[in-house]
Amino acid sequence: MSQENRISGGQIDRSKTWRFTFDGVSYQGHPGDTLASALLANGVRLMGRSFKYHRPRGPLSAGSEEPNALVQLRSGARQEPNTRATVAELFDGLEATSQNAWPSLKFDAMAINDRLNTFFTAGFYYKTFMWPASFWEKVYEPIIRRAAGLGALTRQEDPDDYDKGFLHCDLLVIGAGPAGLSAALTAGRAGARVILADEDFRMGGRLNAETLEVGGQPGADWALGAVAELSAMPNVRLMTRTTVIGAFDHGIYGAVERVSDHLAVPAKGKPRQTLWRIYSRRAILAGGATERPIAFENNDRPGVMLAGALRAYANRWGVAVGDRVAVFTNNDDGLRSAMDLKARGVDVVAVIDARKDGDLLPGVRHLKGAEVVDTAGRLGLKSVTIRQADGRTETVAATALGVSGGWNPNVNISSHHRSRPVWDEGIQGFVPGEDGPPGLTAAGAAAGVLSTHGALAGGQAQAVAALADLGIAAKAGDLPRAEDAPVSIVPKWYVSGGKGRAWIDPQNDVTLKDVKLAQKENFSSVEHLKRYTTLGMATDQGKTGNVLGLAVMAGLTGKTIPETGTTIYRPPYTPVAMGTLAGRSRGKEFKPFRLTPSHKWAEEQGAVFVEVGMWLRAQWLPRPGETHWRQSVDREVLATRKSVGICDVTTLGKIDIQGTDAAAFLDKVYANNFASLAVGKCRYGLMLREDGIVYDDGTTARMGENEYVMTTTTANAVLVFRNLEYARQVLWPEMDVQLISTTEAWAQFSVAGPNARKLLQKVVDQDISDAAFPYMGAGNITVGGVRARLFRISFSGELAYEIAVPTRYGDALVRRLMEAGQEFDAIVYGTEALGVMRVEKGHVAGNELNGQSTALNMGLGKMVSKKKDSIGMVLSQREGMVDPNGYRLVGVKPVDPKGQLTAGSHFLEHGAAPVIENDGGWLTSKVYSPHLGCDIALGYLKAGDQKIGKRMRAVNLLAKTETEVEIVSPHFFDSEGERLRG
Amino acid sequence: MIINHPILGPRDSQEFVYLGSAELMNRPDGMTTGVEAFHNWLYNRDNPAGEHRELWYHEQGDRSWLVVTRNTVTHEIRSVELARDVAKAMGRTK
Repeated sequence: MSQENRISGGQIDRSKTWRFTFDGVSYQGHPGDTLASALLANGVRLMGRSFKYHRPRGPLSAGSEEPNALVQLRSGARQEPNTRATVAELFDGLEATSQNAWPSLKFDAMAINDRLNTFFTAGFYYKTFMWPASFWEKVYEPIIRRAAGLGALTRQEDPDDYDKGFLHCDLLVIGAGPAGLSAALTAGRAGARVILADEDFRMGGRLNAETLEVGGQPGADWALGAVAELSAMPNVRLMTRTTVIGAFDHGIYGAVERVSDHLAVPAKGKPRQTLWRIYSRRAILAGGATERPIAFENNDRPGVMLAGALRAYANRWGVAVGDRVAVFTNNDDGLRSAMDLKARGVDVVAVIDARKDGDLLPGVRHLKGAEVVDTAGRLGLKSVTIRQADGRTETVAATALGVSGGWNPNVNISSHHRSRPVWDEGIQGFVPGEDGPPGLTAAGAAAGVLSTHGALAGGQAQAVAALADLGIAAKAGDLPRAEDAPVSIVPKWYVSGGKGRAWIDPQNDVTLKDVKLAQKENFSSVEHLKRYTTLGMATDQGKTGNVLGLAVMAGLTGKTIPETGTTIYRPPYTPVAMGTLAGRSRGKEFKPFRLTPSHKWAEEQGAVFVEVGMWLRAQWLPRPGETHWRQSVDREVLATRKSVGICDVTTLGKIDIQGTDAAAFLDKVYANNFASLAVGKCRYGLMLREDGIVYDDGTTARMGENEYVMTTTTANAVLVFRNLEYARQVLWPEMDVQLISTTEAWAQFSVAGPNARKLLQKVVDQDISDAAFPYMGAGNITVGGVRARLFRISFSGELAYEIAVPTRYGDALVRRLMEAGQEFDAIVYGTEALGVMRVEKGHVAGNELNGQSTALNMGLGKMVSKKKDSIGMVLSQREGMVDPNGYRLVGVKPVDPKGQLTAGSHFLEHGAAPVIENDGGWLTSKVYSPHLGCDIALGYLKAGDQKIGKRMRAVNLLAKTETEVEIVSPHFFDSEGERLRG
Repeated sequence: MIINHPILGPRDSQEFVYLGSAELMNRPDGMTTGVEAFHNWLYNRDNPAGEHRELWYHEQGDRSWLVVTRNTVTHEIRSVELARDVAKAMGRTK
């Protein structure tokens, strides 16, 4: 039979019928249903299995606090585990499956854990799997991982988009129940910019789940009217399906809007969810309250629910969860649930009231001073065993049991800045403390005011007060008439005397016994209790169980509840998908590539690219017939050294430095001297950190009296610029010096090789003969009339220039150079050939500039001038850093030219065991030198400068290689530098 | 967090880079200060639970270095100044 438990009424659209499936079985529901309400309407109570014992479970709640009814939604790449059926909106064709059960939800093999429950008590990890230690990773953990866990990931890429957005408002109202609607109306009418956010797809909060009247009409209708009025206000933004997940600093709130979760597939161009950052000047927490259960034996069976949830399913969704319903309560609100159900024609078989005093409900069996001691029904509730005031027990057949232990104000958001909530004896619950997030106040049930009138009045009053703070006058108008019943409750946390298990945190299977055991073993502080038992650590974060657990602990330790206190509340309020936090920043969009000006040209040549920092650079450019990368790289190196090669070096950082103190400034930031640099010349500069370690290097050119162009390494371009600004503004604030980063402004190419000048002379407009443009010269020139910069510097060791043109001319320049270079067989080389040539010349790069090495280590100790104060100068003289036997940069060659070197190998004396005590240093960079016809490398070797000519072993235990090597000068090629002066 | 930039007004802290204590501004003169004193300046700083003067850099903005006086417990920001102004007031010159 279809929808056998559907009764009349509710806010569902019965004119439309939707089909959906759960574990492959087809059911019907209506627009306005949640997956849970639709399943319950179809008589399905069993929706999941618990985490540890694999106990059969149905929904406990009708909202976001749900610990039990976790399911997987959809299939394929859109499959989403651990979705709460109680808040999953139904749509036509929805596919849901159960999780944490095998082979089926009704027969779950892992339910054996339930029989073994005596082994799985609090702290069982610590007790059971302690030893032997080697068993943990290999034996215990795989077993536990297989047994535990909830839903499974698809391991497919999520096909949907997730967005991020920013909003600003005067007043953020969190929650659109009576308090929130009242606050938003008050502020909206006053003209304030208001955002009203609610996690539900329908605004109204509890008004939608109640039969109470507001202003002489049903509460849900009043809410519709309020929403209609707010919708018409241009200064108010209404956000349904939007959960405020946390209060951050200075009025910033995070919110997740489920834009398309209620659709099978997001509409074209729409995100699945949006993460909002809301900047509010003031905020009101009107997040309502969450009902809590009472712990008694077998209180976790499908059909045992919060009483307010039973009432919500009946009133809002037209669903009677069971044909025979009992209610167990310690407060008047539980009685309201019983009477609402009765009014809807549901058979209320007993109202078990923990309170001894007070009036009896008319027309139902109302048992005073009674309690529920047990339940029966393996896959769903069948009966309830009651102990009456006189001690007599009786078993009553029931298919649903509503439990109400009172209502906990949802204080989470108000406690996100570590504010501890305060115990309110009158409602037996925690209310927001005084020192919550600045600018946030609470209203309505969230503030511990549980009546409808109190919510409407509180929302209005808090809105008036918040706006008054901002200088906006808001009127406290007449409030619609609403119930104002006082709270009547007696503390009742658990039913004592039982031998079985009574659940406190149903998702993580934390029972009364576990709390008792924790107390006995002295894990009695709430923070210890949480970690020892895992109370409140599940996906629901203990929204229903935490206060119950700590109240039990308070009773066991003889302390009061406020003395016992709560654990710390942290964002997010409800679980947030990782994709939502990532937004668009995923895959290649997480770190987009920057392309060099010659990228398109290089692509046309079939270049192989490599990621270098944020850039994509050509690694080598294969020619037809080349099948191995080494063939391409060797050719590029040989061609460059024989004639001419071109390389795009745009990625190096470029900083223009100007001002009358620019020279003095460079003397501060570089370890070597710059004041003496002549106009029209370049110099290699070495930059240290204040701790004396080498930070960066590059060449800097003096383009005019007060005008310099600095280059940095690709990796440090941003950081060096930051440090220069720091030096300029903070350390030497009176210096007349200005900076601008021009890394993106100039396309820069290295032109290197014996024919470099001949080639360039064909392209540039000025005379660049050795006399006109000597070694280390720099100047402004033109290329076909386009302004350009030319630097005669060399990284390759060849006669070389770097030529820069405005970036938009970069593509044209590489094409022009290649065309003009045809007669010289010019080639373009990539980063691999660049690396080979710099190792051949003994230049340091990233592997040597490793953040641990000094100038002395690099053989550049003399560059650090002690005649001037520069960053890092003083501390580079520290004892440990000037050790004459410390690491020195050396060159390394295999003794046998066929011998292979492995980067990362360690230097050992002959006969020395490969242990740390014998370690002489390590090999930093290795290349194959086509000129020398063998592997060559650079390395750091202890007292390396004294070991030139020595034979050692280069041992790599990871790569399992060992090669006999000769320690040589790091300058393998043209050590006199004749070629670059040619 | 929101940092009230003295020139640009309230800006989200995402736009900034954090460095550390504003004590770092007291860099001694390298020509007259020994290794020991320099070491103390670089490495030994207080890490208070409470009010803390610290350096922030508006990297995604106007490149100003700022001195932000922030309570490290509550994140309340009491004042924001241009570091250059603070440095000059401290007597730092060229």
